[in-house]
Amino acid sequence: MVPVKTFETCLQAVNDADSAQGLLDAVEDLAELNDQRAIPTLIQVLGFNNPGAAVAAVEGLVQIGIPAVTPILEQLDGYNYGARAWAIRALAGIGDPRGQTLLLDAAANDFSLSVRRAAARGLGTIRWQDMPESKRDAAMVQSQTVLLQVTQDDEWVVRYAAVVGLEALGLTQAETDKILQSLSHLKHHDDTAAVRARAQWALEKLAPH
Amino acid sequence: MSGVPHNPDGQPLTVEQALININQTADHGFRYYAAWWLGKMRIRRPEAIEALLVALDDETDRSPDGGYPLRRNAARALGKIGQGNNNVVSALINCLRFDDYYVRETAAQSLESLGDATAIDALVALLDGGVDAAVEVPGKPHLVHPYNAILEALGTLGQGKKELEKELAAIVAPFLGHAVPQVQNAAARAMYQITGKAHYAERLVQVLDHDQLQLRRAALIDLGAIGYLAGADAIANTLAENSMKLIALKGVLERQLTVQASQQSAPGEQDSLQNSEQDLGPLSDDSRRVMALMDGLL
Repeated sequence: MVPVKTFETCLQAVNDADSAQGLLDAVEDLAELNDQRAIPTLIQVLGFNNPGAAVAAVEGLVQIGIPAVTPILEQLDGYNYGARAWAIRALAGIGDPRGQTLLLDAAANDFSLSVRRAAARGLGTIRWQDMPESKRDAAMVQSQTVLLQVTQDDEWVVRYAAVVGLEALGLTQAETDKILQSLSHLKHHDDTAAVRARAQWALEKLAPH
Repeated sequence: MSGVPHNPDGQPLTVEQALININQTADHGFRYYAAWWLGKMRIRRPEAIEALLVALDDETDRSPDGGYPLRRNAARALGKIGQGNNNVVSALINCLRFDDYYVRETAAQSLESLGDATAIDALVALLDGGVDAAVEVPGKPHLVHPYNAILEALGTLGQGKKELEKELAAIVAPFLGHAVPQVQNAAARAMYQITGKAHYAERLVQVLDHDQLQLRRAALIDLGAIGYLAGADAIANTLAENSMKLIALKGVLERQLTVQASQQSAPGEQDSLQNSEQDLGPLSDDSRRVMALMDGLL
């Protein structure tokens, strides 16, 4: 008989893991429970320098969603670089408005392209409805300004993510002139065909003929 | 962010300075770095190519193991900037017979990226003796020849050349049974490109389930390089970093865009993907599907 996986047994398995693969498996099981009690452990795993386990932990935190945001933000100053990068990816996936300031900075300035990539996508998919209506427009403009800048990134995948972010933003906004202008420029002039194609697809969705 | 590369002394390099550095022999470090920089920055000037061709014959910059670091960098740079230059192609073909394994490897990779089919015979010659001759060099971390690079180059250069299909397939196929998994993969990749038969690409798709992350990553690179559309979902679901999967899917997407462009454009205009001023034309459903997979990995 397969033993039932409870929060207690999964937590124990993470603590007992003695190999990279063992930790990955245990974190995946813990993350799958979608249990808020797992939040502190999942956050801890972000700092273990085990990319596989960190991916699973990020997925688990994103699945838990809003309740994970406060603990992630509270512990941010104590993170090493790697943990901070994973935390930003979790915040980008959750889309809580409280993470926006961090994403704005990360999309434009982070050293790691995978963090810039995740942050750029996340800037377009913030849960605007969770934000007071009076602040919403200004916050969207902030996302837009940074994303327009990120379309100039050196790395194709970050520009690609900026296009995806701008598309999502454009679909929630009434005023899309600047977004359309930027996408149209990318469609014709980006030197990576994949980015040109993605910009073209975004334009089809935002300005259907 | 990456940004402009700097000289070893910390100063940003200019084209003028790079050309001075590549043409002097007093400081090996500066020359070595300039060779890399000219390729990285795609400086397609005749004087840059000329200087790199000279560097390809250099005897002075030697590593402790007897290797030729400058030649390696020069061969790599020429693969990035030597398109359409016959002198570059023949110089790189000569490199395939050189003592330094890594110079041969880089030359094979550069010949692949230059896409000049005149290199095929010289690449085939390195496969003399077949799988039986493809053994480890005692005391070195590699086989007698850079088989991966050779097979991959043959696949790319032989792609779509029906008149060579039979001959190339007969030479490459035995390497599907080589003892080293990476060589098997390179052979599968080449066989797919040479014959267009999906079952060769499916071998690479199967490697995406392998226990070893390193082999899964290698298969991602291979599938991206051949742009195997039927592998797109398997690529997206592989247990590996999203960055690797995104690069592989970019390869699949761009292959679709090329196919799409060649179906839409008149003969003779088929390099439109390289021309960033030209429209891609309407997107196919397959292209959209691949982009949707990529979006999910950001």
